[in-house]
Amino acid sequence: MKWLDEFRDPQWVGPLRERINRAAQQLDSAVLMEVCGTHTMAIARYGIRELLPKSVRLVSGPGCPVCVTPVDYVDHAIALARQPQTVLATFGDMVRVPGSTSSLTLEMARGAQVRVVLSSLDALKLAQRCPEQQIVFLAVGFETTAPTIAATLKAAAAARVNNFSVLCAHKTVPEALEGLISSGRATVQALLCPPHVSAIIGTRPYERLTARGVPCVIGGFEPLDILLAVGMLLEQLAAKQARVENEYSRVVRPNGNERAKALLEDVFEPCDAIWRGLGMVPKSGLRLNARYSNFDAAQRFSVQVEPAQEPAGCRCGEVLLGNINPVECPLFGTVCTPEDPVGACMVSSEGTCAAHFRYGGHQ
Amino acid sequence: MKQSDRVLLGHGSGGRLTQQLVREIFLRFLGNPALERLEDAALIPLNDFCSGGASRLSGLGPEDAATCENCSRLSSPPSASRLARSQGPAGASQLAMSRLAMTTDSFVVDPVIFAGGDIGKLAVCGTVNDLLVMGARPVALSAGYILEEGFPLATLEQIVQSMGVTARSAGVDIVTGDTKVVPRGKADGCFINTAGIGMVLPEVEVGGDKVEPGDWVVISGPIGEHGAAIMAGRAGIELRSPIVSDCAPLTPLILPLLEAPQGLHAMRDPTRGGLGTTICEIADASRVHIQIEEAKLPVSNSVRAACELLGIDPLFLACEGRVLLLATPEAAQRALKIFQEHPIGKGAAIIGEVQAGGGGSRVTCKTIIGSHRMITMPAADPLPRIC
Repeated sequence: MKWLDEFRDPQWVGPLRERINRAAQQLDSAVLMEVCGTHTMAIARYGIRELLPKSVRLVSGPGCPVCVTPVDYVDHAIALARQPQTVLATFGDMVRVPGSTSSLTLEMARGAQVRVVLSSLDALKLAQRCPEQQIVFLAVGFETTAPTIAATLKAAAAARVNNFSVLCAHKTVPEALEGLISSGRATVQALLCPPHVSAIIGTRPYERLTARGVPCVIGGFEPLDILLAVGMLLEQLAAKQARVENEYSRVVRPNGNERAKALLEDVFEPCDAIWRGLGMVPKSGLRLNARYSNFDAAQRFSVQVEPAQEPAGCRCGEVLLGNINPVECPLFGTVCTPEDPVGACMVSSEGTCAAHFRYGGHQ
Repeated sequence: MKQSDRVLLGHGSGGRLTQQLVREIFLRFLGNPALERLEDAALIPLNDFCSGGASRLSGLGPEDAATCENCSRLSSPPSASRLARSQGPAGASQLAMSRLAMTTDSFVVDPVIFAGGDIGKLAVCGTVNDLLVMGARPVALSAGYILEEGFPLATLEQIVQSMGVTARSAGVDIVTGDTKVVPRGKADGCFINTAGIGMVLPEVEVGGDKVEPGDWVVISGPIGEHGAAIMAGRAGIELRSPIVSDCAPLTPLILPLLEAPQGLHAMRDPTRGGLGTTICEIADASRVHIQIEEAKLPVSNSVRAACELLGIDPLFLACEGRVLLLATPEAAQRALKIFQEHPIGKGAAIIGEVQAGGGGSRVTCKTIIGSHRMITMPAADPLPRIC
């Protein structure tokens, strides 16, 4: 079975839409939230919203790790980049995220050393090649990415690399979702759960949400996956059920990826974390545990970080909660564009505003 | 003088080393009468390239056609008879107005040798194709080289030989050139700048701003192959069917088309930025709504696979041997037939239509699942130094 073709086969679109319509007819309306940047992009790119009945709203939640990283993290990274003999290594998206008064792109133009890497292991190799420089890796990402940083840190410890460190802002999704639901600030009735995160953590962590009456379906990101998962969510809502269902069973196992989970436990421990839009969510972040704390850039270097300023008029927070559409932000498309972004939602390749700008809303 | 196998600073000095380089590499592979004179500029008799037929430039009618001064100066009676004459109301003969097309381009592709070509072949194809898509028969090219000290001469030979072969197959000569050498570290290997001139064929009126509602959109073959070949090479991806650049002169596809140009509105070669960027530019210039159908876009399986792996949209990867054409349905069908009869146009397809109804310039795409999305120009090229 060639998954790419099978899960994009147009002949199944009709039957899946019928299934969605049958379920939707039993409901007055439904608000479903997806919380994965890849879903945000796939839904926009395949025009999924156009195929759903008007009574069903599909909103994007805080599923992009770059977008939910607060401004003061970027300011801290900038402060580190300004230090002599320091190279910042980062995934591409972070480079253009605006901080309070600058960005890493601007700092590069002013002479800071910032290297875009595809993996944290590349950053470690850089540290080994340049022993006279301090290499700081910006560790941003959810449970999909964090295990690779954990593996890198174990390799760094084993090789006794002492010029490598990470500025850690990893976050965990199920805790954020629970914070979102319990805060009552987002009107969402069911969750389309993130496929890659679930491949790591499995299906059980979502039971804390179904316990609160919110149906959860883990869906893949091909168009037929998404349509099928939406149908399953609506059917649960119509039947007044709240269960965890796995549409993406070809990749996601109930127990997830044990090796990856073991890596996370070995290197990190949970901590409170600030999510742009949500504020502080208890135990939703990951920090280096005592055995690896010497690799924590925040502890190794003491730098002056300027007081954080959110950009005026930016409504990223409300976009991330799914409470407004990107076009409802007054800055969208005028002051805030992909070339000249104000907020993180427009910068990131998986940001809700970036998706809307690139592919259109087509509600 | 001891023979070097690498470019030396002296090769750019203009003295004996330069002369040796020019003789042993450039003249050897590019030699033609104009170039061999090694003057400061090449002289090209244009009368051989002026074609007959009344011009329709900017509302001017045949009665406004002026004499082509070059032709009357350079042509001898036998050549002049090749120019078409049309009888006006007063019975006076009129000579056709001819239009010169000129283009320039610079090539910084990294790596200089890639699957399916090299920077030299790319330079000739890119320049020739830019002339052809303006409706011009290419006449002559220039080639300026900026070389880094230490660049292997064997590689330079390979590049220049490739340029000679490609130029001959495209029916043009490289008639003038220049070489500069900069110290090690001040340029990356080999950069090439070209200029090209051509004569626009009669009755051809193409431009990005001439597209109309109802026009069909045609692409002459599978997209993204040059960009994907470079990308796959850089990422070290090996596929069962390796991706090879589509780099080729479009002469055999476009010249037959230009013999009957009625209904042709716009032509472009979708290089940097790919098909997606090119269509957005045309929609902007003509202020129309163009809709593409994803299911009709020709993309090879290998390009699709590489793009899936690296998360890049083939719509925005460069093509270097494809022509994008917007024309009336009849002209589009004529073009499709011409393209499909040639090996480099085998995969040609009609991929979309210019919509009626106004509403400003935009490009939309009907997806494979029947919904719609917009196609917008990306902020930056997904890959640097692609051409």
